[in-house]
Amino acid sequence: MIPRPKPERFRLRRTMIFMSAQKPGLIKDAYIYGVDSIMLDLEDAVAENQKDAARFSLYHALKTIDYGDTEVIVRINGLDTPHWQEDIRVCVAGGADGIRIAKCESAQDVRTVEEHVLAAEREFGVEEGRTLLMAALESPKGILNAYEICSASDRMFGVAISGGDFRKCMQTKFTPDGVDMMVARGQMLIAARAAGVQCFDTVFTNLNDEEGYRAEVMQNKAMGFDGKSLINPKQIRLVHELFAPTEKEIVQAEKIVRAYREQSAAGVGVFTVDGKMIDIAFIPGAERTLKLARACGLYEGDLV
Amino acid sequence: MQILKPAVAGTLESSDLMVTLEPGSDGIELSLTSSVMNQYGRQIKKTVLETLERLEVKDAKVTVVDKGALDCTIKARVECAVLRSCDKSDKNIDWGGVIR
Repeated sequence: MIPRPKPERFRLRRTMIFMSAQKPGLIKDAYIYGVDSIMLDLEDAVAENQKDAARFSLYHALKTIDYGDTEVIVRINGLDTPHWQEDIRVCVAGGADGIRIAKCESAQDVRTVEEHVLAAEREFGVEEGRTLLMAALESPKGILNAYEICSASDRMFGVAISGGDFRKCMQTKFTPDGVDMMVARGQMLIAARAAGVQCFDTVFTNLNDEEGYRAEVMQNKAMGFDGKSLINPKQIRLVHELFAPTEKEIVQAEKIVRAYREQSAAGVGVFTVDGKMIDIAFIPGAERTLKLARACGLYEGDLV
Repeated sequence: MQILKPAVAGTLESSDLMVTLEPGSDGIELSLTSSVMNQYGRQIKKTVLETLERLEVKDAKVTVVDKGALDCTIKARVECAVLRSCDKSDKNIDWGGVIR
């Protein structure tokens, strides 16, 4: 048995890859890809008549396979199905780091799952509060209620939008510039930031469209997403590459943080760095750049 | 557990196995084929029999077609097939108890 360390609510989650919990060939060595999180799926990737089999497969994978630093999240079936309660029991008993609530539409959905998670933690002798939660927003109602969902529980670490279901509800199709989901992505991001949780974009499904994929990941970064959901290991590298701060950004952030500490010690509130005005509002961003750079292995200094 | 009706679990994909159970009356009758029979046949047989013993299955015809599954997958498929044959695979599973 591999006891996984207590999950961190906030950690680096640039990439989160879906894989069916029912497929041993996929899940047995998913830690080799260097992805930040794997998302073992009990929901749409598992056929209706294999939901039971997927749980046995999931349980033994969680108990046996050493996923190392790769976070292990499980996507459970929706609350409108007969499956989600047993899904929660197996996730908690197996020691998954977190649970992704599919088709989440309200704070009550989060609280319902949380109650069952707590009951399962007590049943299986797992530390109370260990199992984290995230929500997938897949409908207009989910997007409209994003803030109450994000702030519904101390276990919540983030929200993700699910493009397929959302576009279906909105009667739209994928567009290369993302205009079909622009408002939904924006509203979800604002809600997540207001609640202080992370925010993840949907999957890009056309594996042959490299240019389109790159454009979408760049837009994700520009909009302020923490990471992206993926369907194939070959999508991992580009996200890590594009989400990493550039050398120029790291040098600039280092200068800003250093100058701020010196200036504020000398009683100065606003000053310039390389001709640009800097005050306290710039500091959290600069520190975050340095933290991300450190997580990506690009910064070894001692400022953060 | 008593095997009440035929049940199947697993697939014939690489790294998986398919377990078929049928009611029997004369102990465990195991038929095993594997793509890695020469290297791991004995280990697979041992894991299948241990899992059946843990679930207290005494009499059954068991057919295993293995495609190079790890031990954890073998356990998962045998357990699922046994519980399916008793209609108990869907809920209130004894995770960490008899399923381990």
